[in-house]
Amino acid sequence: MSEIVKVGMADLNTCVSPDGITTLGLGSCVGIAIRDPMKKVGGLAHVMLPDSTEIKNNGNIYKFADTGIEELVKQIIALGGMRTRLVAKIAGGAQMFAFQNKSAMVRIGDRNVEASKKKLAELKIPLLAEDTGKDYGRTVIFYPETGDYIIRSVGKPEKKI
Amino acid sequence: MGKFDLDHMSQEYYDILKELGNIGAGNATTALAQMLGCKVDMKVPQVKLLEFKDVGTLMGGEEQIMAGIYLGVEGDISGSIMFLVEKEAARHLVSKLMGMELANEEFTELETSAIKEVGNIITGAYLNSLSTLTNLKIYPSVPNLAIDMAGAILSVPAIEFGMVGDKILLIETLFTDDVDLNGFFIMIPDLESYEKILSSLGIAI
Repeated sequence: MSEIVKVGMADLNTCVSPDGITTLGLGSCVGIAIRDPMKKVGGLAHVMLPDSTEIKNNGNIYKFADTGIEELVKQIIALGGMRTRLVAKIAGGAQMFAFQNKSAMVRIGDRNVEASKKKLAELKIPLLAEDTGKDYGRTVIFYPETGDYIIRSVGKPEKKI
Repeated sequence: MGKFDLDHMSQEYYDILKELGNIGAGNATTALAQMLGCKVDMKVPQVKLLEFKDVGTLMGGEEQIMAGIYLGVEGDISGSIMFLVEKEAARHLVSKLMGMELANEEFTELETSAIKEVGNIITGAYLNSLSTLTNLKIYPSVPNLAIDMAGAILSVPAIEFGMVGDKILLIETLFTDDVDLNGFFIMIPDLESYEKILSSLGIAI
């Protein structure tokens, strides 16, 4: 029996095929799914903020796109994944409210997406697909076996990228 | 004494924030009763300081569909405030306010503005009591509404808390008229504003 591993907000985890991995209700946060298609191991990071160097209190490495992705890659390699084979898909980064008064909160979803892409490019991990932006929440499930990244939103058909 | 820090908050500060939450929610309940023209009861609010990854344990999980009303706060303090209710509770409030049953699952434009107005009145009453207690000027912005999964709506205040710490502070209030309406307040003052609120109450930081 395969299981579905759960990842919370500002959290990450890994799994081995045939298990899947999920995070529920992504809003402005971004869910970064990475796998090694040969070894069929992978993981999911649910990051909240783009850049650990912009924030003084940055002890929680799971919270940021830059340090979160780095840690996720490290954990996938520890499971037997090979760095040069890793591929990624991302989802989330919505703007949940039309107007957000605080300047730091403006475009936070977009900035999370941009920071995630930048970190993946820096680590030379190809981004195969994305479902980002817009103004609605997403629940995601990732299967390292097939690389399928399933996206569910309220009042919309299920999507696979 | 050092700077105010949510992650390492003393019991004293916690109790004060809890009491502010109590009084604010009490005022919000009165406002709600006046608006609906009926008696509304309130349970003692619960103040919760949670790690982000545990936010999903609230409100029936991350995928529970909620209506979230979000306002910016300006004046002597700055930050934002959010009021969240389950979608079904929001439907109940709106149908009561408008004196009719709602026909469709989706909200019409009129119903949407009615929900915003409910959020406006409830958060307004809440902020008013905070303003009176602290003698600080507090002005809310126009309300914004999102109806979506709890996790997605909560990501917005969580990110604001995430900029300064690793925990989120929520006040859970259970209102009851003829049905239970589980509501959550999330006050998100920036850290300077926490210090202003506490020092205006005569508490040294």
